[in-house]
Amino acid sequence: MILTAPLAALGRATLALLSSIGQVALFAFSALSHILRPPFYGREFASALLNVGWLSLPVVGLTAIFTGAALALQIYDGGSRFSAEAVVPQIVAIGMVRELGPVLVGLMVAARVTSSIAAEIATMKVTEQIDALVTLSTHPMKYLTAPRVLAALLVVPLLVGVGDIIGVYGGFLVATGNLGFNPATYITNTWNFLEISDIVSSLIKGSVFGFIAATMGCYYGMNSGRGAQGVGRATKSSVQAAAVLILAANFALTSLFFAS
Amino acid sequence: MITFENVHKSFGPKHVLRGVNLEIPKGESMVIIGGSGTGKSVALKCVLGLITPDSGTIRVDGKDATLGDRDAFLARFGMLFQGGALFDSLPVWQNVAFRLLRGSLKRPRDEAREIAIEKLRRVGLTPDVADLFPSELSGGMQKRVGLARAIAAEPEIIFFDEPTTGLDPIMSGVINDLIREIVVEMGATAMTITHDMTSVRAIADKVAMLHDGIIQWTGPVAQMDTSGDPYLTQFISGSAEGPIEAVR
Repeated sequence: MILTAPLAALGRATLALLSSIGQVALFAFSALSHILRPPFYGREFASALLNVGWLSLPVVGLTAIFTGAALALQIYDGGSRFSAEAVVPQIVAIGMVRELGPVLVGLMVAARVTSSIAAEIATMKVTEQIDALVTLSTHPMKYLTAPRVLAALLVVPLLVGVGDIIGVYGGFLVATGNLGFNPATYITNTWNFLEISDIVSSLIKGSVFGFIAATMGCYYGMNSGRGAQGVGRATKSSVQAAAVLILAANFALTSLFFAS
Repeated sequence: MITFENVHKSFGPKHVLRGVNLEIPKGESMVIIGGSGTGKSVALKCVLGLITPDSGTIRVDGKDATLGDRDAFLARFGMLFQGGALFDSLPVWQNVAFRLLRGSLKRPRDEAREIAIEKLRRVGLTPDVADLFPSELSGGMQKRVGLARAIAAEPEIIFFDEPTTGLDPIMSGVINDLIREIVVEMGATAMTITHDMTSVRAIADKVAMLHDGIIQWTGPVAQMDTSGDPYLTQFISGSAEGPIEAVR
């Protein structure tokens, strides 16, 4: 009995994990299917677009500009060890567009949007507002989940695009202001080095990360426990899950796009 | 008519409903009483499909409540939730007219707003409340808005979940009177759950006492005080002595 107890605990934990993965996958499929089927709630979608997209711009912009600036300094310093300082524009561009832009925007969206969606929906659940929606003949997946997931799916790639541009601009400011790069040459090098596939992969990553961020917020909100503690736990778990899944998805997508 | 036939529901090891049998005749106001945690809300939510019973059948006008067109079924109901359950993100009038702004009962926006204001007036609120948000209202006003929302689409059946919980005695009296008036005026079938005996006397045509997962007693409100049922007598008197354990 004593010897088998750890195995039993491991088995229970594994089953719980697999069950959670299954539930999240079913929820995600359900969210996608509700996006495609009427009724559609235009006002809720517009409100989600504003919340996920427009209101995230300041934090995305600040994150990107500081990251781009720091990246330029690091590459210049690291490159100087083997006389490769001149590659700053190219590496800042590829680093921001392929990796840091999408990942940091995804994580910022997870911090800002996933948490707010999870807290809002969890509070609605705790205060019986979700039950009220059902009694008013309104499907909570259609009214709450579908507009938020669709908005994130569409608008996070745009945020990533903006983040990429601002990040590259942050590198440009530092490189031309502090490191002695010629502005015109910097821009030309950046522009000539980037390929369409870099930008497309960045935007696809943004879309996937947006989907993950909104879906996790909705999933944990809808499955929240009771009371303030339930709302707090749902919020925390949603951000953790979204962040980990975004990083895992980033690795998977990078492997898919660039491993060959 | 709403009929419960041997309805069971458990949550894990807790067997909340253990075979509920109850009939709520059309056009009557049934109040279900019972202590906290005895499954009153669970019974009510089972009718609406918010909770699925483990076994047994709930029929509305003879038809199984779990079968058929869900939207059409729910369109027959209005519900006042215990805490109001108003949508924080919407102004009061959009809360009241929620059903009239979308779905099968959708009306033009102006008409829906007019109906909302008329319903707000019906529950004693002035039109200037219409553009406020729920967080700007007192508890009593929130209950009234919840009541206005419950009746906005002229439902045939209205559920009231603890309608006076958290209100002062005067506001409780106002809400009780409003519920009674509205139910009579609309000719609706009403099912109320409460443990407030003042509400019971004000609202009920019939009373059902739920304890230990079954209906212990049911009958007209006029017979409640002379029922002789030990559970009901103890509950009405609020005594710690009797078949209902004081510490549950």
